[in-house]
Amino acid sequence: MATARRRFTIAASVLAGLIAARALHAQSPAFGVGHTPSPEQLKQIDIDVTPDGKGLVPGRGTAATGKDVYTRRCETCHGPTGKEGPQEALSGGKGSLATPKPQKSVGSYWPYATTLWDYINRAMPFDHPSTLTPDEVYSATAYVLFLNGIVGEQDVLDEKTLPKVQMPNRNGFVADPRPDVPLKRK
Amino acid sequence: MQNARSRSRRRFLGLGAAWSAALVACRGKSAAPPVEPKALGAAVSPYGSRSKFEKTARFFNQNTKVPLEEASSRTPLHDTYGIITPSSLHFERHHSGVPEIDPSIHTLTIHGLVDRPLVFGVDELKRLPSVSRIHFLECSGNSGGEWRGGSTESDVQRIHGLTSCSEWTGVPVATLLHECGVHPDATWVLAEGADASKHDRSIPMSKIMDDAMVAYGQNGEPLRPEQGYPLRLLLPGWEGNANVKWLRRLKVMREPAMSREETSKYTDLMPDGTARQFTFHLEAKSIITRPSGGDTLVPGAFCEVTGIAWTGRGTIVSVEVTTDGGATWHQAELQKPVLRIAHTRFRFPWKWDGKDTLIASRCTDDTGYTQPPLPELIKVRGMNSQYHNNGIQAWKVASDGTITNGNRA
Repeated sequence: MATARRRFTIAASVLAGLIAARALHAQSPAFGVGHTPSPEQLKQIDIDVTPDGKGLVPGRGTAATGKDVYTRRCETCHGPTGKEGPQEALSGGKGSLATPKPQKSVGSYWPYATTLWDYINRAMPFDHPSTLTPDEVYSATAYVLFLNGIVGEQDVLDEKTLPKVQMPNRNGFVADPRPDVPLKRK
Repeated sequence: MQNARSRSRRRFLGLGAAWSAALVACRGKSAAPPVEPKALGAAVSPYGSRSKFEKTARFFNQNTKVPLEEASSRTPLHDTYGIITPSSLHFERHHSGVPEIDPSIHTLTIHGLVDRPLVFGVDELKRLPSVSRIHFLECSGNSGGEWRGGSTESDVQRIHGLTSCSEWTGVPVATLLHECGVHPDATWVLAEGADASKHDRSIPMSKIMDDAMVAYGQNGEPLRPEQGYPLRLLLPGWEGNANVKWLRRLKVMREPAMSREETSKYTDLMPDGTARQFTFHLEAKSIITRPSGGDTLVPGAFCEVTGIAWTGRGTIVSVEVTTDGGATWHQAELQKPVLRIAHTRFRFPWKWDGKDTLIASRCTDDTGYTQPPLPELIKVRGMNSQYHNNGIQAWKVASDGTITNGNRA
């Protein structure tokens, strides 16, 4: 009797172990390929930030703290006030989109502030991407928005406040109506 | 025509006077009677390369403030034949350089709104049921210089070289998503690359389930590094940059991520200041590739007019050619088989009468849509929309036989 119970216990624990192992090394149901990523693995690559602020990490920054980050890491390519280049203009162009010489910048064109945080975090500086700390990303974001007159110099940007920033061109986008040139022929 | 070809090719390569002198010297030698080689030829070799006499190459502008890691190089459409672009001449557009990726450690992770997030190795993907399809890829910025009413660029490679066509082999993304179990409320998939800038685009679930592919093969061998080795997303008929290269992650979502590339870039600005967002399809387009800008015609001599046509919405059903500035249009012959969402080669026999004229092609696809004249597109979209120009390309033939960009008024 005792032996039988022990045998049952062993069998049960082996089964539990098998289930656990299967969960850890789960494979796809139809073809039996792939494995389950660990939470740490997922966290490492799950870097996108959406307009509702999902994906933002803890941290904070203001334009005041961002001036230093900008001068050290951004100015060489984007110029002292974000207008001079040589690379892409970050500020200016307000009210120019409907003119014959539109100037697209973060302030005149970008619809979401979260996109700016996401892009600085994933891709900037161009030759050293993914080297800024979360505080530096919040600070640089705040400084670029400040250059565009969208936030004040002391406004704190963090996980909660950044998604609430209203971008001037938020409602400037329309759906694709093509085919838009009516040239249907028999 | 041959001399003009040499001239334009020299210009492409940016070679100087020394090369000109060498060419003259070569021509002098080649005038001697041809001698068949009597010595043994080269032995077999592990990986083939083209003849040393062939020099055609991708073109890229080196005198630009744009770093070459985020520049583009263009396919020599004038000097490629049929419908397949050699992998080595496929156009490039990178956002932060070509990463060097070891396929034995590269993985594709699928997560987000799925029952089972899964990580796949490259070899695992190669074990799954595969598909091979011939599709064109075109950068949405192709021909973008023409939006201002015709550019000063004069040859087909510089104006239109951001389109190429390959046979792609891979796994339907639908197969992979079925393995992961997609939640019913999922409507978008974010695709992200493993390049330095982690290039990312949001793709509607309908396209993903319809014909999207995780490709690992191009023209019978693994993808070239410039084309996303070891894995890329392929979205037949949709703008190039959404076909994310060096694919490392697919995240199933409810809304688009609104990444930099799908908001501040690759959106088409209209004259009223609004911008179109998500303009994924590439519409029907054709171009005459020979004869084209840089060539010189000989009066009265036979000259085949040939080019390519394609549409992101289906299949090309006809291509018409005009050699009299649009007064009359003639059906060109389409190379069979005509494939869906692929370059379609067309040909039309012609003899130039020695008078100045405009030549052009226009195509129609199986949705009934006909490629419009460029001015018609500009009338609707203005001159600043930058992307998705599929207007008719005219080539101007001068009375001395030289050909230049005919889009300029």
